[in-house]
Amino acid sequence: MADSALARAVRWDTVVGALLIVVLLLSFGFVDGFGNALNLSFLIGNTLPIALIALPMTLLVVSGEIDLSVASTAGLSGAVMGALWNQGLPIEAIIPLCLLLGVVCGLVNGLLVTRLGLPSLAVTIGTLAAYRGIAQIVLGSDAVTDFPSPYLDFAAGRIGDTFVPYALLPFLALLAVAVLALHAKPFGRSLFATGANEEAARFAGVRVKRQKLILFTVTGLMASLTGVFWALHYASARFDNATGLELSVVAAVLLGGIDFDGGKGTLGGAIAGVFLLGALQNVMSLGDVSAQSQIVVTGVLLVLSVLGPRVGRQISVARAGRRAASAPTPARTPTP
Amino acid sequence: MTHRSAKDPAPVLALRGVSKSFGAVRALRDVSLELFPGEVHALAGENGAGKSTLIKTLAGVHRPDAGQVLLDGEPALFHGPADARDAGIAVIYQEPTLFPDLSIAENIFMGRQPRRALGRIDHRATRNATAALMHRLGVELDPDRPARGLSIADQQIVEIAKALSFDARVLIMDEPTAALTGSEVARLFGVVRALREQGAAVLFISHRLEEIFRICERVTTLRDGALIASEPLAGMTEEDLVRRMVGRDLDELYPKQDVEAGEVALSVRRLTREGVFTDVSFEVRCGEIVGMAGLVGAGRTEVARAVFGIDRWDAGEVEVAGQALVNGAPSTAMAAGLALVPEDRRAQGLVMGMSIERNIGLTGLRATRRAGLMDRGAERSRSLDWAVRLQVKYARIADAVSTLSGGNQQKVVLAKWLATGPAVLIVDEPTRGIDVGTKAEVHRLLSALAADGVAVLMISSDLPEILGMADRVLVMHEGRLTAEISRSDATEETVMAAATGRAAA
Repeated sequence: MADSALARAVRWDTVVGALLIVVLLLSFGFVDGFGNALNLSFLIGNTLPIALIALPMTLLVVSGEIDLSVASTAGLSGAVMGALWNQGLPIEAIIPLCLLLGVVCGLVNGLLVTRLGLPSLAVTIGTLAAYRGIAQIVLGSDAVTDFPSPYLDFAAGRIGDTFVPYALLPFLALLAVAVLALHAKPFGRSLFATGANEEAARFAGVRVKRQKLILFTVTGLMASLTGVFWALHYASARFDNATGLELSVVAAVLLGGIDFDGGKGTLGGAIAGVFLLGALQNVMSLGDVSAQSQIVVTGVLLVLSVLGPRVGRQISVARAGRRAASAPTPARTPTP
Repeated sequence: MTHRSAKDPAPVLALRGVSKSFGAVRALRDVSLELFPGEVHALAGENGAGKSTLIKTLAGVHRPDAGQVLLDGEPALFHGPADARDAGIAVIYQEPTLFPDLSIAENIFMGRQPRRALGRIDHRATRNATAALMHRLGVELDPDRPARGLSIADQQIVEIAKALSFDARVLIMDEPTAALTGSEVARLFGVVRALREQGAAVLFISHRLEEIFRICERVTTLRDGALIASEPLAGMTEEDLVRRMVGRDLDELYPKQDVEAGEVALSVRRLTREGVFTDVSFEVRCGEIVGMAGLVGAGRTEVARAVFGIDRWDAGEVEVAGQALVNGAPSTAMAAGLALVPEDRRAQGLVMGMSIERNIGLTGLRATRRAGLMDRGAERSRSLDWAVRLQVKYARIADAVSTLSGGNQQKVVLAKWLATGPAVLIVDEPTRGIDVGTKAEVHRLLSALAADGVAVLMISSDLPEILGMADRVLVMHEGRLTAEISRSDATEETVMAAATGRAAA
């Protein structure tokens, strides 16, 4: 009894939250150039693409699915944005079109998974390649940089001399929506049930396919929003924008305690994971660690974050096993 | 087979004073049993009497808390099923698990194939050895045939051949006939007699009493984990055996109230799912408990799944309280007042890692929400209310449902569905694998629901349960509804005849 109370107190997402605070405090204390408002606004601004996609990705992984095509969808949106801007369309028309394109990309993933029953891992590796290829066809090797300055300023700027980028505010609103959807609405409860046992969720009347189709579509939408933000934030629309971003998103979400097998995790944990990863990347950049090495760190974190909870679980199972060696629990042995 | 000595019959395998408990449940209490070579020995008892635990103790799956397993008179300590198998003890289960894509011969010699030079598998030797085994059993099965597509009866033969290939001296057959047709049973019994003549000891478990009398010489009866008697069958009647098995007033276990049937609540017309079931029509009225009997694989569960919307149907229609249901849509079936307690509570009925509260709450997410958000207080009080009404035994309502015993898990599934206030309740194997006490509680509950006007369709492979609880019995055989038998005409014989297709009804 005491053990399980302890286990509940030290949940993985709490651990990650604490770890984030420790890393931030250490960085404030020991990393030159970390603690000033400008660097912090860079940290947040550079982490926002991961954070934006992590919102729907968390819901998707909780329900037992995954979308690896998100970075390509973002890249495709940026490429289409640049191409249409070159054609002379007004930015006010381009952005909604890009978001619509994201909806279509997500819908394609969702239909392939729910209608044809294909595994999302395979489907979205396929569309990862396809969407990126289309992006290159659309824009070639051009880089479009001359977007209107009010948009560029919004995407790259910060409020006065504070550490708060403008773009953080709409993100916080989206975060609130995601938290409500996952943790306060019946929809979210159904997602947890689906991720833990899809069959039982269906038998309880959960409309599993519809739910997943919605999630894939929203993920596509958020990925294209990220693509638009990326092009404006870095003032550059290229076909290879956000390449490899899916790795960071999945690593951050799993780091935040979302179980890869579905059914477990909290958005708080996922967001802590995102900013922990963002902080580490920022610190490494300040320390002149190369981009390639940063990818190595991200990859190792991904493996560790999948491994960590599992090792923890095995230790607790082994402990329980030793305790129960003399008397098996009634729960595991139904009567003959 | 080398240890056999027909002139000096000593038990090849025996239990002496064996007890086994799981938590608070005492599954076996001081049970003794002797199996002799060349003898077919029946093990009788109700569900939950301790038969499975006894089998698993003999097979090395469970270790007894007290008492001994004796092999050739010597105490044997099995650390696992492999030890028991090496000692010549084999268990044939009701539904064998073969590798579907491998041939019969490969299945039998999996992991220990005869080898040729360089470690290559000697296919010819494998095939010949398999053919020899089939010959010993007096069965014609092509060793090269893939296991996929074999009938359950043939799969059992393969399992028996595999057991022989391990030089098994003791064969334990756990309800081998439950899914077999009459002629398949006859062939299986031929094989069993051949084994007996070759000196094997067979422990035979069946719910069909006439089979016990047909094939067995002695019977050991268990009730509530205790040994009631171990005696020769000669001179006994079926009634004698039932009395030893049940040992109580049957009315107590099956407390069926007489209820006047009301309006038609569930109407299924000409329902067909191609290749699964065909042209199934029936009605269930308010206040009625309609039993649905049949062998495993007859299509009963599949009909229930289609009615509820888990699987789509190809033709036909379903109405609940006069309202037509949408094909393949459980949520609309629920809205119309239909509830389904599925057969597999662990895979289908419950999310094992979720709390009791949330499992019950899963069917009420719409009902208990406020302004689009979940009302945790309302969810908790709804779940608590039903957990208490069904007397679920738990420590905390927020505990994972996996911490509960099987019987209590089943009550949580029932609570989850009763909380929706259904007009029609379909229960699929409602008491499978739960103890006798909880079983009686579930029966009382079903009876009370019917008295309150709920229409109950009860699918069960437990014949006494069907006979004890149902106002009417529907029988399915090979995907078709073959009989409808009134309570007064329903007997073990009439139901089994229809279920095995022996009588055209």
